[in-house]
Amino acid sequence: MQLIPPLLTRPLNAVPLVVIERVCRLMFRRIGLAHPGLFERLGEHKAKRFAFLPTDVPLAFIVEPASDTIFVWRKTTDVIADAVTEAPLFMLLALMEGRCDADALFFSRDLSVTGDMEAMLAMRNALDASSIDLSKDLARLAGPFAPMAGRVIGEIRNRALDRALAGETASWN
Amino acid sequence: MELICPAGTPAAFHEAVDAGADAVYCGFRDETNARNFPGLNFSREELKEAIAYAKKKGCETFVALNTFMRAGAEEIWYQGAADAVACGADALILADFGLMAHVAEKYPDQRLHVSVQASASNPDAINFLVDTFNAKRVVLPRTLTIADIARIGKSIRCEMEVFVFGGLCVMAEGRCSLSSYATGKSPNMNGVCSPASHVRYRKDGRDLVSELGAFTINRFPEGEAAGYPTLCKGRFDIADSNGYAFEDPVSLDVMGELEALKAAGVSALKIEGRQRGKAYVAEVVKVMKAAVNSPPDRRGALLSRLRSMSEGQKTTSGAYEKRWR
Repeated sequence: MQLIPPLLTRPLNAVPLVVIERVCRLMFRRIGLAHPGLFERLGEHKAKRFAFLPTDVPLAFIVEPASDTIFVWRKTTDVIADAVTEAPLFMLLALMEGRCDADALFFSRDLSVTGDMEAMLAMRNALDASSIDLSKDLARLAGPFAPMAGRVIGEIRNRALDRALAGETASWN
Repeated sequence: MELICPAGTPAAFHEAVDAGADAVYCGFRDETNARNFPGLNFSREELKEAIAYAKKKGCETFVALNTFMRAGAEEIWYQGAADAVACGADALILADFGLMAHVAEKYPDQRLHVSVQASASNPDAINFLVDTFNAKRVVLPRTLTIADIARIGKSIRCEMEVFVFGGLCVMAEGRCSLSSYATGKSPNMNGVCSPASHVRYRKDGRDLVSELGAFTINRFPEGEAAGYPTLCKGRFDIADSNGYAFEDPVSLDVMGELEALKAAGVSALKIEGRQRGKAYVAEVVKVMKAAVNSPPDRRGALLSRLRSMSEGQKTTSGAYEKRWR
């Protein structure tokens, strides 16, 4: 399933990976600061590598909770991780915020998981137990423009998610 | 009738309370409850905070200690009971007779509910638990028709709670050994049915193949709704046919029979799903609360919104309307 048209994601191929990774790490660090206990529920699975592959973006995101780090790879490279989740980008972000139910997305085949299921289940539950709100957490990066940035991020997120879930409802029923 | 709602995390607990649950049930992060999944459940501190939040909003908290004690390790369950009582739980949901005896003796004022895992499904069994352990409520196994429930209700001396929505078991709660057979672990003893540690998904062409332990249990062609990777929902080759031998991957929905359940004497309606996310809990509790408070002819439209969240994206009334004898 592709929620983002390839036309919008194609320019990412021209952006140096190091730049994308730096931006992602900045956002990842911001979320970590806002939710210091985020990975506490992972327990023994904290040392594992979790890959998130958006089906509509040519990038792979690999999270290492033990080192509080995120890596970004191009999908042209084989991803090395203990557990891998694939879904459209906005659904992955919605799962991070607990706005979607992972089981429901799995039943509808919009989400797939391979590899270490126990580790990915622990990650799912850890994220669901947190109160991540990307519009609030990331807006702080905009400094004095945080309120405006928060509104913009929230609006984009809500519209994308409404569109994704409206499509789901239509096809499910 | 009360609405009893699931919570696997404090975030889901808050959603359930805010959406109008009359009571929320939950468990500790260990083998004392039948949803002992990685990353799920409550620490002692989290439970204490959750109960305080619920009390402020007029909602009750039931703590599930509904696995069977391991011989020699009873202290784990005894400590769970002690901590749940100390945290202020409104009821303990128990399956093991030994644990019921311990709680009845040690905490005589603590309200005790009989878990579905105890498989108490006839008046003699239920009244024994009422008379012996002072059980105040029984969660009935999903093996009974509504007529059976009505007959039982007339002969027992405690309240009845029934599952009305959510995941559906093979209907031998507390006695099912399918997961043990495939993985060595069961919901009854370890709190996990088909544990994630033994589950693998792989893609075979365009098909999704699910494996549990050494068994391939299902293959979903592209576009077909998937189900949980449990043996009871497996697709088997039997003689010349291929299909679901135990049950289809569907969810329970018996909300269309609310009036009949009320007439049968049911006092509490239970939603399954402590393993589900907070988005599921929020949506299901909100819709179910509205359905309970709506006239019967409006319930169907409300509940149809939940089908997309159900296993296999289909629902059934299960044994409540047994038609396959």
